[in-house]
Amino acid sequence: MSYPTVCEELTAKSYEELTANFDWSIAGRELGYRPGDPINIGWMCSDRICHLGMADKVALYWEDYQGNQQQFTFDDLRVLSNTVAQFVCNLGIQPGERVCLFMDRVPELYIGFLGILKTGAVAQPLFSAFGDESLLVRLQNAGTSAILTQKKHLHKVRRIREQLPNLRHIIVVDASDSALQPREVSFDMKRAPRVEDFAVYPTVAESPSVLHYTSGTTGQPKGAQHVQYSIISQYLTAKWVLDLQPDDIYWCNADPGWVTGTSYGIIGPWSNGTTQVVLDSGFNAERWYEFIEKHRVTVWYSAPTAIRLLMKEGTEVVRRHDHSSLRHLASVGEPLNAEAVLWSQEAFGKPFHDTFWQTETGCIVITNFPGMPIKPGSMGKPFPGITAAVLNTKTYEPITEPGIAGLIALRPGWPSQVRSYWNNEAGFKAKFKNGWYLCGDRASIDADGYYWFMGRDDDVINTGGHLVGPFEIESALLEHPAVYESAAVAKPDPVNMEVVKAFVTLKRGYEPSDDLELEIMNHIRKRLSPLAMPQAIEFVDSLPKTRSGKIVRRVLRCKEFNEPVGDLSTIMDD
Amino acid sequence: MDEITKLVRDYVIREYLEEGDEREITETTPLISGGIVDSFSMVSLKRFLEKKCNIQIPDACATPDAFDTVQSIVALVHRFQKAQPVTV
Repeated sequence: MSYPTVCEELTAKSYEELTANFDWSIAGRELGYRPGDPINIGWMCSDRICHLGMADKVALYWEDYQGNQQQFTFDDLRVLSNTVAQFVCNLGIQPGERVCLFMDRVPELYIGFLGILKTGAVAQPLFSAFGDESLLVRLQNAGTSAILTQKKHLHKVRRIREQLPNLRHIIVVDASDSALQPREVSFDMKRAPRVEDFAVYPTVAESPSVLHYTSGTTGQPKGAQHVQYSIISQYLTAKWVLDLQPDDIYWCNADPGWVTGTSYGIIGPWSNGTTQVVLDSGFNAERWYEFIEKHRVTVWYSAPTAIRLLMKEGTEVVRRHDHSSLRHLASVGEPLNAEAVLWSQEAFGKPFHDTFWQTETGCIVITNFPGMPIKPGSMGKPFPGITAAVLNTKTYEPITEPGIAGLIALRPGWPSQVRSYWNNEAGFKAKFKNGWYLCGDRASIDADGYYWFMGRDDDVINTGGHLVGPFEIESALLEHPAVYESAAVAKPDPVNMEVVKAFVTLKRGYEPSDDLELEIMNHIRKRLSPLAMPQAIEFVDSLPKTRSGKIVRRVLRCKEFNEPVGDLSTIMDD
Repeated sequence: MDEITKLVRDYVIREYLEEGDEREITETTPLISGGIVDSFSMVSLKRFLEKKCNIQIPDACATPDAFDTVQSIVALVHRFQKAQPVTV
């Protein structure tokens, strides 16, 4: 089936104009940065905006599911991030140390992120729905020195803290000292004495800034280390791809526990001096549309899973609200299927623009631009300054023929490229072949230069736009007393694209049952996260293995996707 | 509070409310939109209901709206419940 090309009225320069003579120094000049100068993301997103005369401009409208609201100007960001920074410094946290943020989408998360960066420490945001096992793995690996959290999540930290000798400080943003235990300290951002002047640590371009954990096929999640210079590409892609204008009201659905929520939920909009709105609430279509209407949202950055949930609710609920403020829509996390693009054109009068990138790229790399004709279902084209290709899987040379699938690859060197995997040099080096960085995804390029996503090249599961590694799930499954062996693979899902399915063999004395299935599901949900929870568990007598005993997930995955397994001879001989 | 309402409410409190979360779960407390049960966790709640209430909930009916409160969940159960006793 072919889909019509959706054209838009130009709201910005054309792709050809943008790519002609491109140089990343465009962003440096606009940010007032010269090579060799100190550069600090926390300062750029708050103090600098105030210096530009926007101190009184609203930076953040925040609301939760109960309707509680807070509002912060850029001067509030400046002063409150100073306050956080001073508090963290007073605890003895040094530049380069890792400070985790483990909170719901409350203002302390957004402003605390800037404050930590101002100290020169490394911000390590983690998804607040992570269970204690997921939290432990990431904090242990990073040797995290401090964590900012809320009392509702404190029990998870307490359960694991004896296994975290580096964790010196547990900072609770919404509890009094009397409720806390040793190593825990209370910090009320809004009631603490405001710090007007803070000596921002003079970080430079290659100073570490943010540590985001991302899952891979093998082993535990890896800490992708980003640097202060990443703001160069985050600022410019936010401006050119999300089309952020001075009077915009911007809404990014992503949680800052994931890279979208920091690159485009904090750094991108605020370095552009853009007002953004945050709704700390679960999904509810009516509520979301009310939110857009109330705040007159102009630019909306969402995710395919959320868009498909909105599609399920239908267009009737859309019509009950005024969404005329919406000017530009974009999507991230997983490929945006053509039906969703066409539905949004019908529902909102404009299409969602798919954007492709990942934790390691730090910014949008292949995308649909405002004004560029969209081919529904296509990833779009490389951002100017990004050299992309699809590579032959054997030679790692670029494929020049249109329509042939290969590995999506990028020429290293863009500003927000990941600099390393924390304590995992071998894993990091494995991401590079023949002078290219490999994204781990497959695509083809058509005759017009548009990229078309084909799937992951490994066993990682992309569920709801988040990558989940099978090893982590399988390790947690093995902790359950009934489980003998396990394999976690992707299963297709109409809303989430993929969900986790586990195949399990049981120990002697255990029998398959619905109760056992539910018990194992809840075990994973609590230990790891709801994302990692198998949505289906199949009890089997045995798992497909190589001669050396390695489980071959590909066999199980192909069956789920109704795909041919292909030649297994070399694998089964391993 | 009837038997099914108590069953659902107790299960939500036991399985989904975090240890330090002091929120009271009433029949109308928003569960999905309130961030207590996320859309991924809905599957385990659906399984529990199907098992304990001896019903089959079509995937199309397992929406965030239908699972947003204890009250709406109980309404969903009643809709699909056959005339069989609840297994508690």
